[in-house]
Amino acid sequence: MNRRRLNSILNTVGLLVLGIIALAWTVPILWTFAVSFHSPNEPLSATNLWWSSQPTISNYSQAFDIAPFAKYYLNTILIVVGILAFQLVTISLAGYAFARFTFRGQNILFFLIMLQLMVPSSALIVPNYSTIRSLGLFDTLLAVMLPFFGSAFGTFLMRQTFKTIPRDLDDAARMDGANWLQTLWYVYIPPARPALIAFALSSISFHWNDFLWPLIVTNSTNSRPLTVGLAVLTQLGEIGAQWPLVTAGTIIVVGPLLVLFLIFQRQFIDSFLHSGLK
Amino acid sequence: MSIQTKISNSTERRSHFWAAALPYLLITPTLFFVVVFTLLPLLHVTYSSMFAENQAVQVPKFIGAGNYTSLFTDPGFHDVFVNTLIYVIVTVPVSVFLALVLALLLNRKFRALGLYRLAFFYPTVLPMVSAATIWLFMYTPDYGLLNVFIEFFHIPSQNWLGEPRLALIALMILGIWKQTGYFMVFFLAGLQGLPHDIFESAKLDGANILQSIYYITLPLLMGTTLFVTTIAVINAFETVDQIYIMTGGGPINSTSMLLFDLWQTLFSYMDVGRASAMSVILIVVLLIFTIVNFVTTERRATYE
Repeated sequence: MNRRRLNSILNTVGLLVLGIIALAWTVPILWTFAVSFHSPNEPLSATNLWWSSQPTISNYSQAFDIAPFAKYYLNTILIVVGILAFQLVTISLAGYAFARFTFRGQNILFFLIMLQLMVPSSALIVPNYSTIRSLGLFDTLLAVMLPFFGSAFGTFLMRQTFKTIPRDLDDAARMDGANWLQTLWYVYIPPARPALIAFALSSISFHWNDFLWPLIVTNSTNSRPLTVGLAVLTQLGEIGAQWPLVTAGTIIVVGPLLVLFLIFQRQFIDSFLHSGLK
Repeated sequence: MSIQTKISNSTERRSHFWAAALPYLLITPTLFFVVVFTLLPLLHVTYSSMFAENQAVQVPKFIGAGNYTSLFTDPGFHDVFVNTLIYVIVTVPVSVFLALVLALLLNRKFRALGLYRLAFFYPTVLPMVSAATIWLFMYTPDYGLLNVFIEFFHIPSQNWLGEPRLALIALMILGIWKQTGYFMVFFLAGLQGLPHDIFESAKLDGANILQSIYYITLPLLMGTTLFVTTIAVINAFETVDQIYIMTGGGPINSTSMLLFDLWQTLFSYMDVGRASAMSVILIVVLLIFTIVNFVTTERRATYE
């Protein structure tokens, strides 16, 4: 067989494989979306899997009645924004210190902070849960946020980024009488914008999706984020079988995420590439 | 010495002190949270893993390696460990290989490229809890889409999550679906960084697509592959959300894995000593792969 023929056969087979896998990958979300409009009075069976004879949006209003999704959204947003705001400050300060100062104990302190990259927070739920308990913070938004206020990954990222900024700029700012905070703000932060955005996207998507930690430290609507709220809805035994309702709840949770992803696809993927480890 | 110089001396000394203290002050917030929520907990959990502390033993009692020996002789924990290993050994190679294949197929310019990339990547964006809810629905007996699909091929409908021998496979399918697109983008980025002229000269030498993939692309992607594989292993060891949503560790312990078992030991059985020992085991396992990941990241950085 000549090479051109082989290449064109491989091309066709490749496209076919690609199409089949793409179909298999997208069917679950499409089906979930379709069933969320299914009439609850019409039992699901093999014959009416994709459309109902009486499509309805009542599942959405019912999902909002049973589970306070608006409150869950607010909680998730407060948690994610709170963590990020704190992190942006702590990582910029620490990154600046490690990038541009020489001080005694620098290496050992850097190593101690970097240890956080090697020990995933999920393996420390036992002691961290007891810390939250003894601080009297159980079932608060602060409990969900607190362990993540310091970020080794962010500190590392900022240190690397700040190191690429010419020292002359720093010196010039100092000569003009800028103090360290002004220097950091006007000289270091602006060129570090892309790194900060990449960090922000990966922090937001990690904490938006986090489940185990908030499950452990929350116990009421007041502090539950979306992921835990959805789990509660799914686990409610009698509702468990009411798929139109549960799929509507799922779409309420993932819909906005998917729309945002469609809009910011490139930035999302870039930020994921930047942060192999969260 | 005049009063004037005394004052200026002391302000100078004071500003000198602040200049020296500044870097320490800058790292204090980060260091504080790392110490309180990572370093002290690390010591704490190692320490309490050597004590019996549960509902029967209210006051912690030193038992040395007792929690560890009881874990390693417990058939239940043995199952959990084996489930975790099987999950890792199957999902990691399958999803990494599939990701590589998809990246190779997508690595050229054609019209629907963006659409395909979207189709494979979107599960990454979903919270695992929602992905698990979607697949709980897919696996529903009788009218679940997966059963409808296999019935089309005259295979009888299966109770995917109710059968011990199928439930772990069901979790693996979800895991592969969820993360393949994530790994794919690493390979796509790696492929885009490869030099074009090598492929041109291979073509001139008469190599077909398969040959140039096997002899040129794969060796050059070695760094990316190692990096992606270690991330996959670390993530797989931390599997927990989908177990909570889909199976609760059952049927008969067939889907329980390390982190889920740890959570259950702490919150259902209130056994702090045992849960601490399990944490230490998990930390050691993850530490090994994280170090491998660091080494391969270095290599990836020098390669690409």
